[in-house]
Amino acid sequence: MRGSGFDDFPEAPFSIGPVIGANPSFADLLRMQRPEAQPHVTAGAAEGFSAHGTTVLGLKFADGIVMAGDRRATEGYAIADDKVEKVFQADDHSTVAIAGAAGQAVEIVKLLQVELEHYEKVQGDKLSLEGKANRLGQLIRQNFPLALQGLVVVPIFGGFDLRKEEGRLFRYDATGGRWEEEDYMSTGSGGRPAKSSLKKLWRPEMSRDEAVQVAVEALRDAAQEDVATGGPDPTRGIYPLVMIVTTAGVEDVSTDEVRRVYEAMIAREQGSGS
Amino acid sequence: MAFQPYVPPEQLMKDRSEYARKGIARGKSVVAVEYADGLLFLAENPSATLHKVSEIYDRIAFAGAGKYSEFEDLRIAGIRLADLRGYSYGREDVNAKTLANAYSQALSAIFTQQMKPYEVEILVGQVGETPGENELYHVLFDGSVTDEQGYVGIGGRAEDVTDKLQAHYEEGADLAAAVRAAVQALSEVEERTIDAGSIEAAVLDRDRPRRKFRRLEDTEISGILGGS
Repeated sequence: MRGSGFDDFPEAPFSIGPVIGANPSFADLLRMQRPEAQPHVTAGAAEGFSAHGTTVLGLKFADGIVMAGDRRATEGYAIADDKVEKVFQADDHSTVAIAGAAGQAVEIVKLLQVELEHYEKVQGDKLSLEGKANRLGQLIRQNFPLALQGLVVVPIFGGFDLRKEEGRLFRYDATGGRWEEEDYMSTGSGGRPAKSSLKKLWRPEMSRDEAVQVAVEALRDAAQEDVATGGPDPTRGIYPLVMIVTTAGVEDVSTDEVRRVYEAMIAREQGSGS
Repeated sequence: MAFQPYVPPEQLMKDRSEYARKGIARGKSVVAVEYADGLLFLAENPSATLHKVSEIYDRIAFAGAGKYSEFEDLRIAGIRLADLRGYSYGREDVNAKTLANAYSQALSAIFTQQMKPYEVEILVGQVGETPGENELYHVLFDGSVTDEQGYVGIGGRAEDVTDKLQAHYEEGADLAAAVRAAVQALSEVEERTIDAGSIEAAVLDRDRPRRKFRRLEDTEISGILGGS
């Protein structure tokens, strides 16, 4: 309708036709009406990036899940930024952590956040955790064809499934395929050392504090083995980002707490070493 | 092609208005009341799932009276507009004024161009950082918009409800007082007591983090009304 500001007014919401049910997807709306605002990567631009310059991890514990990531962004051999956030809250009960090109990661997370909220508002109901995980896979496949080559972004998705009453973790591969992980997972260039740590340290039914401790320790191990993963920097007060999802929602673990966990870990190691 | 008999435009518009008014009068009213922490929307609605009041964006809510399918169309179009604007510009760039204007343009176009007008009346409210910055727009079936202050009723017996609200409204009242005033006004117009279980209420509360919209639970409403 001209001038109304509703770009699709005469067609989508007002048409009387065989198509029933408003499409609750924001990404579809964006593709139709503002294609230029979609996140995308051109073939040339992606070459300098690799999804391997980071470490993010997720693990389950008794009441939910912990997601954590280091803070370093690299450009070749240079450190581009030491305070990058790689773990994001997607909605009230889910988080996403992304290894890859920082700018694209932020874009896809922003799209996911609006997608989930848009669905909730249009439908008057929240998506299931399974639905959110599927949607993330589709968004990546759709917007980053280059993710197919293992470039750009490789996310892990974790949240609390309110229907099943448990924390769940999902991993995506280069094809946009999705797996659910049972216990813990890590990805990025430091993913392998982090996974070895998690394998040694993780136990079923850990408490919240134990889980945070394991996450911080695994990230520290990854930083020691991998140049592109930033370790804790006590002098500048930079510590990994840790988020927890339980039935109560998403909790952003304070830098203070992460610092204390890190210091306790160092003290413990020095104590046992002497 | 068959010739249409000539109908004077005045007559045409009058017929359409009458048609729309009749449709709206069949539905129940919705009221909006400003209170100390934001805006309250309240309606009698026996359904717990087919809402008259809903969230549009961070600070913006929507209330519709009249034909459900039509204000539902408007609600979804509003969410789309708001989310699209907020995504391509910035979240704070989405405001109730833009939305009210878009609704006004759309309803006006439908009123003059379509076979039948929409049988709806809607409210678009936005909570501000201080009570003076709240915005409340009332859009009619023909696209006319009014900027309301303090309180307003829409739908079936809008004028009666607004009159009754005037008697019960207190500036800067707390949520409980605002809920009681709204229910009182609706009950007086309907001339019966409205059961707490069939009240739909939601607020835009400026003290909430990003999304200011919150629905009041049945227990909360009956608690407030029981305590009066």
